[in-house]
Amino acid sequence: MTAGSPLLQASNLHTWFELRQWGFLRVGSVRAVDGVNFALARGESVAFVGESGCGKSSLARTLLGLHRPTRGEVTFDGEELSTLKGKARQRYLARVGYVQQDPFGALPPFMDVRRLLNEPLIIHGVRDPAAREERIRRVLEEVRLTRVDEILSKFPHMLSGGQQQRIVIARALLLEPAMIIADEPVSMLDASVRVEILNLLRNIQRERELTLAFITHDLSTVRHFADRIFVMYAGRIVEQAPVDELLDHPQHPYTQSLLAAIADVDADNALEERDVPGGEPPSLLNPPPGCRFHPRCPKAIAGTCDVREPPRFAPREGHYSDCWLHDERHGS
Amino acid sequence: MTDATETLLRVEDLRLHYQTRRGVARAVDGVSFDLRRNEALVILGESGCGKSSLAKALMRVLPRNVQHFGGHVMLGETDIMALNDERFRREIQWNRIALVMQAAMNALNPVVRVGEQVAEPLRVHRGWSKERALERVAETFRKVGVSTDFIQRYPFELSGGMRQRVVLAMALVTEPDLVILDEPTSALDVLTQAAIMNVLKRIKRDEGTSFILITHDVATSSELADRVALMYAGQIVEFSDARQFFHDPAHPYSKMLMDSVPRLHQPEAPGHIPGEPPDLINPPAGCRFADRCPSRFERCDRDPDAFSLDERRRVRCWLHEGEDA
Amino acid sequence: MNRWAAGLRELKQYPSAIGGLAIILFLIGLSLYTVVTIPYSEALDKWRGGEQWRMHPVNAGPVWADRLAGGDKPRTQVVRSTETEIREVPFEGGRQVRIPLEFDYHNGEFPSEINLFLRTLDSSRQAFVRLNWKTPSGETIALGGQRVARDDRISISQNPSLEGRLGMVPHIGLFAGDSPPDAPEVEKGRYRLVLDAILFDEDARLEADLAVYGRVHGVAGTDYQRRNLMVALMWGTPVALAFGLLAAVGTTITTLIIAATGVWFRGIVDATIQRLTEVNIILPLLPILVMVGTLYSTSIWLMLGVVIVLGIFSAGIKTYRAMLLPIREAPYIEAARAYGASNARIIMRYMIPRILPVLIPTFVTLIPTFVFLEASLAVLGLGDPVLPTWGKVLNDAQEQSALYNGFYYWVISPAVLLMLTGLGFAMFGFALDRVFNPRLRTQ
Repeated sequence: MTAGSPLLQASNLHTWFELRQWGFLRVGSVRAVDGVNFALARGESVAFVGESGCGKSSLARTLLGLHRPTRGEVTFDGEELSTLKGKARQRYLARVGYVQQDPFGALPPFMDVRRLLNEPLIIHGVRDPAAREERIRRVLEEVRLTRVDEILSKFPHMLSGGQQQRIVIARALLLEPAMIIADEPVSMLDASVRVEILNLLRNIQRERELTLAFITHDLSTVRHFADRIFVMYAGRIVEQAPVDELLDHPQHPYTQSLLAAIADVDADNALEERDVPGGEPPSLLNPPPGCRFHPRCPKAIAGTCDVREPPRFAPREGHYSDCWLHDERHGS
Repeated sequence: MTDATETLLRVEDLRLHYQTRRGVARAVDGVSFDLRRNEALVILGESGCGKSSLAKALMRVLPRNVQHFGGHVMLGETDIMALNDERFRREIQWNRIALVMQAAMNALNPVVRVGEQVAEPLRVHRGWSKERALERVAETFRKVGVSTDFIQRYPFELSGGMRQRVVLAMALVTEPDLVILDEPTSALDVLTQAAIMNVLKRIKRDEGTSFILITHDVATSSELADRVALMYAGQIVEFSDARQFFHDPAHPYSKMLMDSVPRLHQPEAPGHIPGEPPDLINPPAGCRFADRCPSRFERCDRDPDAFSLDERRRVRCWLHEGEDA
Repeated sequence: MNRWAAGLRELKQYPSAIGGLAIILFLIGLSLYTVVTIPYSEALDKWRGGEQWRMHPVNAGPVWADRLAGGDKPRTQVVRSTETEIREVPFEGGRQVRIPLEFDYHNGEFPSEINLFLRTLDSSRQAFVRLNWKTPSGETIALGGQRVARDDRISISQNPSLEGRLGMVPHIGLFAGDSPPDAPEVEKGRYRLVLDAILFDEDARLEADLAVYGRVHGVAGTDYQRRNLMVALMWGTPVALAFGLLAAVGTTITTLIIAATGVWFRGIVDATIQRLTEVNIILPLLPILVMVGTLYSTSIWLMLGVVIVLGIFSAGIKTYRAMLLPIREAPYIEAARAYGASNARIIMRYMIPRILPVLIPTFVTLIPTFVFLEASLAVLGLGDPVLPTWGKVLNDAQEQSALYNGFYYWVISPAVLLMLTGLGFAMFGFALDRVFNPRLRTQ
C-alpha cells in the first residue's frame, strides 16, 4: 500500500442499461452513469449529491460490483475491478461495505439479528462459530448498540429504524472493509435519529480510517459529514469541491439552484417563493446535447451550452465545475 | 370575503385509539387546537407520533380496528363529530375538507386519465356534468402549474412532481375550506419539493385556502407554517406561532428537535435526541417525553397540563407551570 | 422469540386449526396403529383374499349401521368340534364317531349362509359322514351323507336336493320350523347338527367346523370376497397420507426451487422454464396417468412418480414466480450480493425462505388433492394392484353395484374417510393461512 495513492479511482466510467423489447430487440440504453471521473483518497469522506435519477445509486452499485460498467474502469487499490474473478472478487466485496437507504428492507426479515450477521462471515469462510460471535459482538459495540444479547435474538421488525440502521452498518463493518458506500443512509429515518446515525458513520470512518462515500439528495446534512462533495446531474458529475467551498461558493448553475431551493429553517420561509428552475431532469434514455442542464439553466448561452459539452473548468482552487460560464471567452 | 381572524376549525380533546393484537394503541390521545381561516398549521412529529392518524380522524377515513373515536371538532359553525357517517361523507368530505394522503401520487388509478380522476369529487359529491367538471379541472390544473394537456394523460405518463400536483389539484378542485396535506413532498426531490411548496404558497395567498400540513421535516414545515403544533406520542406538546417555534421553542422536545435540524450555513454540527419515542400502546405515566428529556425533574412523573404561555402558545411541560397566563 | 413458535401459539386461537389438527392427528394415529398391527406383508396377503376369510360372511354390513337402524341382525356363529364332546364307538377296521355341533339361535332373522368345514387327519382312506339337523322342536332333518376329502367343505346352503325337500333355501328352511314357506319365521332355540362319521384308520381324527354366517360383521362389514373391509379402510390411511404428503412435498419443493432459479437468473433460464411450464400446463394429468396405468403399470409408486414429474412444471411455477419477482429486487438481496453470497445461497437462503410462510398453508391444502387424485385413479380401475386403498374399496363397490344392492356402507366408509382427510387438512390449512399470510390478518 502506498500512502497518497487513491484508494479508488473511476475513469471515464459508464454504466448503461440496455432496454430491450420482446426480450431481445435493443431499443436504446438508459445512460445511468455516463462518463464519470473521480478519485477517492484513503480515509476521506465524500458525498455524491443529486436528485433521484441522476445516476448516483447506479454509480454506487457499479462501485459495489453489482453492475458491470459498460465502459471505463474502476481501480481499487491498484486492481481493476472488472478483471477480478472468484476469490479475488470475494476479497474485493469484503473490502467494500454497503449501507442501504431502507434499513428494514436491507435486513432479511426471516433471520434474527444473530443469523443475519453471521451470514457475511460464513460466506467469507469464518468457520469457527465462537470467532464469528466474537466479531459480531465487537461490531455491535462499535455501532453503540446496547443490550446486545437481547438484540441478537430479535427479528428486524422488532427493532426501531435507528437500531435497524445500526445493524446494517454493523453488517457492513463485519468484514473489515476499507471503504463504505452508504446510499441515502438516513433518508428513511426520523429527523431526531438522522444526525445520530450520520455522526456514528462519521466517527467510525475516522476511527477506522475508512473511505466513506455517501450518497444523498440532501445538501443540508452534508457539511458536517463529508470532506468533499460531488454534485451529479443526469449521469455526470457537474461540480466537485471541498464541502465548505462548494456550499459557500457554488459555481455550477445547477448547484446554485439546489442550494437556492433549500433554506435554513426560518418563519420567513413561508412568505417568499423559492427560485426553482423550470422543467425536470432529462430522460437518461435520450439526454440533451451539449450541457445536460441547459434546458433548465437560467444562464444558458445559446449556441454554446446546447451544442457542445462543457469541459471541466477550475474556477477556484481545488474546485471543479463543468460549465461554459467559466470559459474565459464568456467571462465568469 | 370572510374575516381573516375567524376561526375555521376548532378541535377539542380529539381521541383516536386502535385495537391491536398487543392492546389499545392511543394514536391520537386528547388533541386540541384551532385553525383560523387562510392559516397554515403544521403538525410536526416523528413517525409513529400519531400525526397521520390525526389527519384520518379529521377526515373520518378510519381503519376497521378503531377502538375509541371521540372529541369535539367544530368546522365553522358545524359540529362535524355530531354528523352521522352518511352526512359527513356528503357534506364535509371533499366539499369542505380535502385530504392529500401520504404517497397519494402513487395511488392514482393507473388506467383512468388524470383529468377524470381529478374531476371525480365534483361528479360524485356535486353531481356535475363531465364537461363542467373538466372545465373546473383545467382551471385547477392552471393553479397548481400542470399543463391542461395533461388532462388526457394517464398517471404513468407524468413525472413524480407532476403527479403530486395532480393529487393536489384533486384536493383543491372542490374549493374546500380546509386542505389537509399528509407528507405531500417527502418522496420528492429537493427542486420538485421546492416547486410544490411554491404552488402551496401561491394558492394560500391567492385563494385564501386554509391548510393543515402534516410532516416530519422541520425544514419543509417552515416553508408554509403560520403556526406549528408539535406532536409527541399522540399528544400535542407545543402549539405556537411559527416564528416563536422556529426561533424560541419552549418545550424541551421542541428545543432538541430544532437543534437536530442540520443547517446549511451553520458551522456547528447538529445535535440529536437520544433514545426512542415511547410505545403508543403503553405510554409511560406522566410526561411522555420524560425518559429522553434532559430537564426532567420530579413533577414529570405526573402528566403535565397544556400551559398557555401567552394567548397563542401552549406547552405541555411542567417547566412552564408558573408562566401560565 | 421465534417467528414459528409465535405462529404456532397464535394458531391455538383458531377453532378450525384445533379441529383440523385433531383430524390430522387421528389419521396419523390410525396410520401408525395400522402399520404396527397389520404389517405390510400381512396386509397384502389378507387383501389377496381366499381361504383365510372362509369364516366371514359375504357382503355383511357393519354392526354399528345395523344397530343405528334399530335392527338386530345375526352375527356369525362358529361351532368347532374341538370344543365339543365326541363319542367314539370302535369297530372292526375303524371307528364310528358322533360329533354333535350345538348352538343357540335366538335372532329374529335368518342367517345368510351355512357351511360345514371338515378336515380328516392321519387318515389314509376317505372318511364317510352322515349329517342330521335337529331343530329345537325335536324334528330331525336328514342332510344326507357323503365321503370326505382331507380338507372338505360341505355347503349346506347350496344343497339343491335339500332345498327341494324344504321348499326354501336351506339356511332359511332349516331354521323356519313349521312356518309357511311364503312367510318363514325363525324358530328360536337350540339347534344341533349331528355328524356321524365312519373313520377307517386307527389314529384317524375328524375335525368339523360349522359356520352359521350372520348378516353383520365388525366395524366395517365384509365385501363380496368375504374380506373384512376394515383391512382396506385402515391400510388406506397410511397409503393416502403418504401419497398425498410425498406428492405435495415433491411438487412444491422442486417447483419452488425451479421458480426461484428462473426468477434469479432471468433471461434464457427463466424463459425456458416459463415455456416448459406453459406446455406442461396444457398437458392433461388424468389422461396421462390413465395411459401410464393402462400401458405400463398401476403401481402406486410409479403413479406418484408421474404425478410429481408432471407437477414440477405446473401452474405453481407461475404463482411462485409472481411472488418471487418483487423479492428479487429487495434491498436485502442486493446487500447479500454486495457481501458476496453465491447464486445458490441467494436462491435457497434468501429468496425461498421469504415466501415459505405463505406457502405452508397452500402446501397443507395441497395434500388432500393428491389423496383424492389417487382415489380417483383407483376408482377408475388404476389402483395399485396389491395395496388395499380407499379408492380400491370404492372401485370394488362400484363393480359389484354396491349401491344397487343396498351395500351403502361399502361406499360410505371410504368416502367418509376421504372427506375427513380433505376436511382436516383444509381446516388446518385455512387456519395456517390466517396466521402466516399477512394479507388476511386484521391488525
